[in-house]
Amino acid sequence: MVTDFYNYWIVIALMMIGFFIVIVQGNLVKKLIGLNIFQTSVFIFYISIAKVEGGTAPILTEGVVLYSNPLPHVLILTAIVVGIATMALALSLVVRIHKAYGTIEEEELQERDHEC
Amino acid sequence: MGQILDFTLLFLLLVTAVATARVRDLFAAVMLSGIYGLVSASFFVTMDAVDVAFTEAAVGAGVFPLLLLAVLAMVGRYEKTAYRRPWAALILVTITGAMLVNGTLDMPAFGSADSPAQQHVAQRYIEESPEEIGIPNMVTSVLASYRGYDTLGEVVVIFTAAIGVLALLPSLGGGVRRKRESDGMGDHQVLRIVSKILMPVILLFALYVQFHGEYGPGGGFQAGVIFAAGIILYTMLFGLDTAQAVIKPSVLRVLAATGVLLYGGVGLLSFLSGANFLDYSALAEDPVSGQHIGIILIELGVGITVAAAIILIFFAFSEAAGENGEET
Repeated sequence: MVTDFYNYWIVIALMMIGFFIVIVQGNLVKKLIGLNIFQTSVFIFYISIAKVEGGTAPILTEGVVLYSNPLPHVLILTAIVVGIATMALALSLVVRIHKAYGTIEEEELQERDHEC
Repeated sequence: MGQILDFTLLFLLLVTAVATARVRDLFAAVMLSGIYGLVSASFFVTMDAVDVAFTEAAVGAGVFPLLLLAVLAMVGRYEKTAYRRPWAALILVTITGAMLVNGTLDMPAFGSADSPAQQHVAQRYIEESPEEIGIPNMVTSVLASYRGYDTLGEVVVIFTAAIGVLALLPSLGGGVRRKRESDGMGDHQVLRIVSKILMPVILLFALYVQFHGEYGPGGGFQAGVIFAAGIILYTMLFGLDTAQAVIKPSVLRVLAATGVLLYGGVGLLSFLSGANFLDYSALAEDPVSGQHIGIILIELGVGITVAAAIILIFFAFSEAAGENGEET
């Protein structure tokens, strides 16, 4: 039972730690780091699903019949690169917010907004 | 044995994530996220996902922490606020986590070969792709041919994100730019010599990954990020000005678009040859060699766009850090 599912449970724990950081931290950079932990935990989940016990990497080899599932690999491979590109977009928004407000702490940002 | 390794890596990930949540110093959090990336790349190797591991190692342990460092140079290193209502958040994530754990109890056991995920299209990819596409790496077959349409969309997303970053972080070019004295770390002799030895190897490896992607682990996405990581290393050591003299941003902008155009162009070409969009079988007399031509061309397009987009993004960030860094 535990050996069947511990992989998924650790993924869920990682996901929740990322979620916790996103909710609790006021600093926008820290929020993005939390979001990255969340995102990577989803990658780990997909790759865990693709694993076949006793299988090998999905590259055709003489004498091997059991391969891990190539489809989740493809989805995650592209998701990682798309993830870094969109993360860069988020970071550049953080830089612009810092330029406009002088801070990236969420509470201070809200105070500035209420002053106007 | 495999299970111990698997468990150890997952445990390390958990420790790193908890440490990230606890540290108040953003610099430490960035370093921890680099470790997180590297450990998850190692985990992907134990899960037989070698192609994914390549990408995650270059992105998670290389590009992402470096971008974060450039941002920290602008926004400051320390967080100000303490946790806001941590207990409420803790209860919320515990409940959510418990519900998700409850959901996993209905899932097929980890690694079982007869789970629904292995029964769907995957069997067909594994059994037919060596004959249909004619290349050993199934990940490349699926990425470039079966799901070519999807991959085109993703390349366009990366291209668009790069445009977005360039629009948000406009370089104040045209104005007089200060010559940055402290730029780069070229004065450190050990760093300079070691990186000069490593640089050609990294770039050569990126090209190998690009052009060997059909036979071994590799392909355009992996090669693009590895190539970009090599150029980023160069920028870190010898400064932005030197790096931009080696690769001009204007050239990169054209290259980023060229990759997408090459990909779309191959699609149109197969369209005009009488097949479906991105169906490469029509590109040559023999469908299998048509697939080969198509895959090599679109992987090249992917590699060019990814490398150019990531280098452009890094240039934009380090340029902004050079202009705003001194204030904080």
